[in-house]
Amino acid sequence: MDKRAAFRSWWLPSLFALPQIILILLFFYWPAVAVLRWAFTLEPPFGGAAEFVGLANFQEVFADPLYWNSVGVSLAFALCGTLATIFIGLVLALAVDRQLPGSAPFRFLYILPYAIAGPAAGMAFRFILSPERGLMASVNAAFPDFWNPAKYGSHALILVIVVFAWKWAGYTFIFLLAGLQSVPRSLIEAAAMDGCGPIRRAVDIQIPLLAPTLFFLLVIMMTEGFVGADTYGIVARTTDGGPNHGTDVMVYRIVEEAFRGLNYSGASAQSLVLIGLIMIFTFIQFRFIERQVHYK
Amino acid sequence: MIQRTPFANALTYGVMIFGFLLLIGPFIVIVSGASQTFQQVNAIPFSFVPQDRLFENMGAAWSRANLGTAMLNSFIMASLVTVGKVSLSALTAFAIVFFRTPLKGFFFWMVFITLMLPLEVRVVPTYAVAADLFQPIRLLISAVTGFEVSVDWNLLNSYTGLTLPLIATATGTFLYRQFYLTLPDELAEAARMDGSGAIRFFIDMLLPLSRTNMLALTTIMFVYGWNQYLWPLLMVTDPQYKTTMMSLVALLPSDNGTPDWNVTLAGSLIIMLPPLVVVAVLQRWFVRGLVATEK
Repeated sequence: MDKRAAFRSWWLPSLFALPQIILILLFFYWPAVAVLRWAFTLEPPFGGAAEFVGLANFQEVFADPLYWNSVGVSLAFALCGTLATIFIGLVLALAVDRQLPGSAPFRFLYILPYAIAGPAAGMAFRFILSPERGLMASVNAAFPDFWNPAKYGSHALILVIVVFAWKWAGYTFIFLLAGLQSVPRSLIEAAAMDGCGPIRRAVDIQIPLLAPTLFFLLVIMMTEGFVGADTYGIVARTTDGGPNHGTDVMVYRIVEEAFRGLNYSGASAQSLVLIGLIMIFTFIQFRFIERQVHYK
Repeated sequence: MIQRTPFANALTYGVMIFGFLLLIGPFIVIVSGASQTFQQVNAIPFSFVPQDRLFENMGAAWSRANLGTAMLNSFIMASLVTVGKVSLSALTAFAIVFFRTPLKGFFFWMVFITLMLPLEVRVVPTYAVAADLFQPIRLLISAVTGFEVSVDWNLLNSYTGLTLPLIATATGTFLYRQFYLTLPDELAEAARMDGSGAIRFFIDMLLPLSRTNMLALTTIMFVYGWNQYLWPLLMVTDPQYKTTMMSLVALLPSDNGTPDWNVTLAGSLIIMLPPLVVVAVLQRWFVRGLVATEK
């Protein structure tokens, strides 16, 4: 992608890019190299230089059933969270896109949860969906032990997924609404002329035409669910990875292992696996988006 | 469109109201819980009716978690992240788009790769870098000259340490890049014809043109900076530099203490408010920025 008219100078662009390049080198590439180094070395327990241990760190990580537990939890979290956000966003976008009188305020309101930080939302939901007070207490009074995220891992997982879905539904809503608005009006009108009702139009015309947006959101939300800034915050402030590792997502485990367990090598090995995963996601996304977006 | 669809219309309104309850309902619970007394907030069933103790509870939360310092710190941090991102990305994108130099591709890929690794997965070594900033330089010096230099500079417990690693990513750069690419070639040509150099073109033409972009990026980055959780948690040990997200812990009722969730909810309401206001007031820019940064 080149501009026809460009300025010719080699030192000026370097000067312009320098501040960011320095920051990136220092806080991105240098740490990235450190991850690599740590993942293949091990620090002796009583000090001294780190020793090269080859793939031993990875073997140790893969032999740990708790690691595979965290992979499973992450997968469930990301997959359920993604599907829930996209489903909610899609249904709401289809409704708002009909532009019935009075739908404008909803469009404004739906985006608000996105402004809330994951940990703050997690704190609030600890109350809202607490087993002893808030909304679920009455249900628990009628059916004892129906809902208790502090006791059952599966309930805790549902709780963090709910927080995730609540926060991100408005985000998918924005993208899907934008996608719906770019569906040609004439197409919808032609379908209406042929006797299609609004639901039929949604299922047979609008949703198929939204396929690129849906796919894009699928990739974005899966990445967000696996490594997003909020995933860590939500889990840390809502359930602390518990009960009994029931919500121990991969990011949470890495941070715990590094800063509570002080096992930098193990944490780095886990980071590398996660990085590989994200690179696959990013690759898919980039390939896909470069095909979709035309700048000129 | 003129078509009578009473059933579908009713369904649409039903869906929209259901969406309202789902997405805004939690806010209602937070506000009404935060305005109730200790007994009311723990009552079963929960009452959605707001009471009159909102400001008392907020005051209690404010002093319990020392929110004054935390709010100030979060505000400074979010502003620094915003300013850093908005200005540095504009410079880098300018260098990437408007120059013909062999380094261009190198810069582009160098910045692009940072999109792949969010701070969360490289947080451990980034922390090590921040704790010992001169390590790479020391290694370089000892490799080149053979001397061991002992300079020490860490960024723990400082605003620099809180913000710099968050600025070192590529989101903003790509927002600007896309915008610059949409500008017609004739613009730079005309500027050159009139004898303007690169710097003048950047200051007098590009910056005014990218006002919309800057505003969009500002809203996003402010929310992003304010909502940071993991990084401040690691960087800060000194209570003087605590941010709001860290004071959430202090707000939580302890396991054996009184479950005064009304104060907790009031506190988290205070913490949620600034980004909420930014998004509510600048929604148009916020949405535009969101859609643009992700492409």
